[in-house]
Amino acid sequence: MALLELRNVSKIYHLGGEEIRALDDISLDIEGGEFCSIIGPSGSGKSTLMHILGCLDSPSLGSIRLDGIEVARASQRELAHVRNRKIGFVFQFFNLLPKLNVVQNVELPMIYAGIGGSERRQRALKALEMVELTNRLKNRPSQLSGGQQQRVAIARALVNDPKIIFADEPTGNLDTHTGEIILALFRQLSQEGRTVILVTHNPEIAAVTPRRIEIRNGKIADRVDERLAGLDRLAAGQPATLPEAN
Amino acid sequence: MSVVNAIIVGFKEIWTHKFRSALTMLGIILGVSSLVAKSAMVQGMENGLKSALVALGGLQKIRVEAQSVPIEQRHMRDFARGLTLNDVRSLIEGAPEVELVSPEMRFDTSYPTLAANGKTHRTFMTAGCWPVQAQMMEHVIGHGRMFNEIDDEEARDVVVIGTGIRDELFGKPEDGGSEIIPIGRQMTVNGHPLTIIGMFEHYESETDRKTRELREAELARQRESGTLTLTNKTGTRRDRGWSGSSRGGGFAYWIKNNTVYMPLNTMWKLKSGLSNAPAEPRLSNMEIRIRDVDHFDLALTQIRNIMMVNHRGIEDFSFRTQEDWAEQIQTSVKSARLSGGLIAAISLFVGGIGIMNIMLASISERIREIGIRKAVGAGAFDVFIQILVESVVIAVAGGLLGLLASRGVIWIITTATPTDNDPVITWGAMLFAFSFSVLVGLAAGLVPALKAARMNVIQALRYD
Repeated sequence: MALLELRNVSKIYHLGGEEIRALDDISLDIEGGEFCSIIGPSGSGKSTLMHILGCLDSPSLGSIRLDGIEVARASQRELAHVRNRKIGFVFQFFNLLPKLNVVQNVELPMIYAGIGGSERRQRALKALEMVELTNRLKNRPSQLSGGQQQRVAIARALVNDPKIIFADEPTGNLDTHTGEIILALFRQLSQEGRTVILVTHNPEIAAVTPRRIEIRNGKIADRVDERLAGLDRLAAGQPATLPEAN
Repeated sequence: MSVVNAIIVGFKEIWTHKFRSALTMLGIILGVSSLVAKSAMVQGMENGLKSALVALGGLQKIRVEAQSVPIEQRHMRDFARGLTLNDVRSLIEGAPEVELVSPEMRFDTSYPTLAANGKTHRTFMTAGCWPVQAQMMEHVIGHGRMFNEIDDEEARDVVVIGTGIRDELFGKPEDGGSEIIPIGRQMTVNGHPLTIIGMFEHYESETDRKTRELREAELARQRESGTLTLTNKTGTRRDRGWSGSSRGGGFAYWIKNNTVYMPLNTMWKLKSGLSNAPAEPRLSNMEIRIRDVDHFDLALTQIRNIMMVNHRGIEDFSFRTQEDWAEQIQTSVKSARLSGGLIAAISLFVGGIGIMNIMLASISERIREIGIRKAVGAGAFDVFIQILVESVVIAVAGGLLGLLASRGVIWIITTATPTDNDPVITWGAMLFAFSFSVLVGLAAGLVPALKAARMNVIQALRYD
């Protein structure tokens, strides 16, 4: 059984009597431990797909099984619980709480998981060790660089030991070099056996992942657009590693 | 998230916006402190009124007054015998609910003239009575003694006075520098010489006592340091009239201090002008004390029945009780409490609106934060509790500060408008005001907390 199973998932919005299918009958399996990217131009529905996969939103039709649990019809409370225990998010704009310091930000998901103070501190430190940020524990996010902030966000995503990590344009707000470091971190997480899903419109980033899912007009494209997926570079003899700085 | 955690987060949030939170709290502080202060003032007023009521014998006292025969019984007026000692005796023996009875006889002129020491004074509180009267009217002998049964039996020319009479005839302690105790001296009542054998204590309200003690301490200090200056101006003395306030019940103390009691038989002798009048004396009224206020109606019925039998159905008497006064106290306290409480409650309500306003501003400022918290797994309930706790923490902190501030408010009020009654802060009032402020905080936080809890995660995350 796959970690994520989507069957005939649709998301339908009604705008002024007009029906808009942001996602149209999508079926998809993602296995545990997979490193894949969801690509597509803006407006294609990839963000909607990520929201639904990440249990931030519910589909209008279809079923989703995450780790064997049906979440398509789950209540808001159950979704919050799933997000807390099984999913880690990394966002383009880092989304750290500005009033909390680094450790407190990383501890946040554990507060809602009901984990006690000393264990919380311990696990937060361990996660920060993984992203090599143990020297900035008491700093506020505003005192950190973009790359450091994103590493804090990754530590926060990791801290509840989730099944899946979603990264929504994780390098979108970073310079290329920093972006590379962040991507390397994701690849490392993948090699450690975690399921990592990158959502991006950037082919150079999509090229890092072995599997690419392209969304076009709310459907999974039959054939991956090679340019969009960065595969033209592969064909040109370039390895599908980190994109070059240019 | 545990509630303890939520409270800590709430405190942090308030601490990051110190000024804003302080302004918000101010509304609650003012509301709570004015509520407590108002209640303390009313409590003080109630205490003052009640102690005045007790000073005159309390609710247990019933007064039977002689009255002219009512119109429908005018044809029988020749049979009306008025109040007599027979009534007193039959009440003592026949009415189990009656504890004490004292007959009272007054001069027909309502203001008899008292004279001594070359001065005269008129007071309506001059009566002949039994020794038991002192006990009934809560009198305490300060100097000398109360007259006794033998004085009454022999109609001795003795009199017991209150300090007010002493002040008028012999001078006030303040004027002379030391208290004059006129025991053994002579005075006349409507021209009849009597010997003063006792003087009651000086009665006064708490506030009066404090002011007097302060003044005496000041005088003593001046005397010691030798700087005492005689403040008495020369020339004609001017009496500026009774200066008490009607709210404080100072009137009750004034009446008690201006009492002149002599034995009933002495009074009868003075009135009739005989040394040994044979007929039964006619009383002006009787003071009755009942055993139990709870059996008030029963006692009144017993007294009435006995009186009706004695008077053969002729109603030449009437009852006067303190019920009206007690009721008046209740109503005025109630209305003061209601009006004050209403105004304080409105200001608390306004404070609550302030909290709600700030919390609404605060959550729209923190839409993104709420989105992030929800994305990492905060449920709607967690967010709801967080916002609610912040609101309640503001209200509770404001409430506690308000309790402290209430002392200041009371000080300001009593300094600006001194009253006869010391304000009394009760635990009940503090508890009520505090829990009311917590309630206001809860109510004010409800709408913002619901709004925050219902926010859509995705929209909140995208919000800039």
